[in-house]
Amino acid sequence: MIRVELPPHLQTLARVGPEVELDVRGVVTQRTLLDALEAKYPVLRGTIRDQVTLKRRDFMRFFACSEDLSHESADAALPPAVASGAEPFMVVGALAGG
Amino acid sequence: MSGVRVLVGTRKGAFVLTSDGKRDRWDVAGPHFGGWEIYHLKGSPVDPNRIYASQGTGWHGQLMQRSSDGGKTWEAVDNKFVYDGVTSTHQWYDGTPHPWEFKRVWHVEPSPTDADTVFAGVEDAAMFKTVDGGKSWHELPGLRTHGTGSKWQPGAGGLCLHTILIDPTDHARMFIAISAAGAFRTDDGGSTWKPINKGLYSKYIPEPTAEVGHCVHRIAMHRSRPKTLFMQKHWDVMRTDDGGESWTEVSGNLPTDFGFVVDVHAHEPETIYVVPIKSDSEHYPPDGRLRVYRSRTGGNDWEPLTKGLPQQDCYVNVLRDAMSVDTLDACGIYFGTTGGQVYASSDAGDSWRAIAEHLPPVLSVEVQTL
Repeated sequence: MIRVELPPHLQTLARVGPEVELDVRGVVTQRTLLDALEAKYPVLRGTIRDQVTLKRRDFMRFFACSEDLSHESADAALPPAVASGAEPFMVVGALAGG
Repeated sequence: MSGVRVLVGTRKGAFVLTSDGKRDRWDVAGPHFGGWEIYHLKGSPVDPNRIYASQGTGWHGQLMQRSSDGGKTWEAVDNKFVYDGVTSTHQWYDGTPHPWEFKRVWHVEPSPTDADTVFAGVEDAAMFKTVDGGKSWHELPGLRTHGTGSKWQPGAGGLCLHTILIDPTDHARMFIAISAAGAFRTDDGGSTWKPINKGLYSKYIPEPTAEVGHCVHRIAMHRSRPKTLFMQKHWDVMRTDDGGESWTEVSGNLPTDFGFVVDVHAHEPETIYVVPIKSDSEHYPPDGRLRVYRSRTGGNDWEPLTKGLPQQDCYVNVLRDAMSVDTLDACGIYFGTTGGQVYASSDAGDSWRAIAEHLPPVLSVEVQTL
């Protein structure tokens, strides 16, 4: 299972804890992972990426394995440790605002 | 005994204030959606326990929430706002063309006849509608694609459609206001629109009497006189008695005619309220004194209402959607400040008291008389 860490506001919205588990078929990419996340928790649609363009929202970041993957292609394979569930894929709110 | 429910949207959540009809003691519930900006929430006239809320943050964008129990519990509904067809451009701050981009919902206006039908005013300016209780939203594109759309320009707060008034005698007739485009009217339920800005004079646009481009901050109507509207423009308080075909200034003896809110007494259609703000560059009351001004003559002659309001060192603002009235026999007036106070008067403005303090900055106040 893929592990995904969510920021507090999205935990509240989805009514889940800090980490959720997803079953992602095929190559695990940002796109397939977020597709699976939104399918399981429809309330998160539009909160991480735009619903129409599917672009990552400006103040959202994706971290995994101590790397910032925010600017990687949405279709690039995520690290094997994420695909195996050894490491979580972290959805993080950027430091901004007050 | 009847009661009153005050729905307060703030920068960091929504609060629900309730009282019985005496309006002496208030219960404050919240925050709902703590940490999120709640631009507006409003209940259905058909089913007061059905409340719609606009929820958002810069991080996670726009969400819409619906309550079916008077704001105790909420469920997220559809948050997909997609403009109809090919989007064109409006003017950007520097005058260059800028494509329409959805940013947020400023105002929700439930239908007077159907609890599942709601209109939403959004930024970049457009009007959306749901007929299934928020499960899906679709644009009424006739407004955005009106011939003048390319000339609309955002005010400092964005190109926002912030006011929606539905004529209680003819629901196909609606009035809306956009900063900074002006006021518009539809007579066919939103299919077609016309600018209704004749008589407005705005020194801050190249052609002060232009058909569009006016920064209208708020318009208000008394349900017994739907052709009479009152407007707080960027500067100037205005009124029309012909459904917006022509406007006349009624600022009269106000200490400043800049401001954001305007509202009408529930039972006296010529009694209106504004909160003068010093200027467009100093968004706080003149002299540090928070004063509501009331006119019992539909404008021009204004009296300051100060009893119970801070009269020194007060530098809060009252934003455009942050005043509302109840419909009890002695009309109650309510407003919220950017300092987090919600003030209420149960005697039509003669005296005031804070019914909530130390909230986050207040964005909107709506009142339900139960």
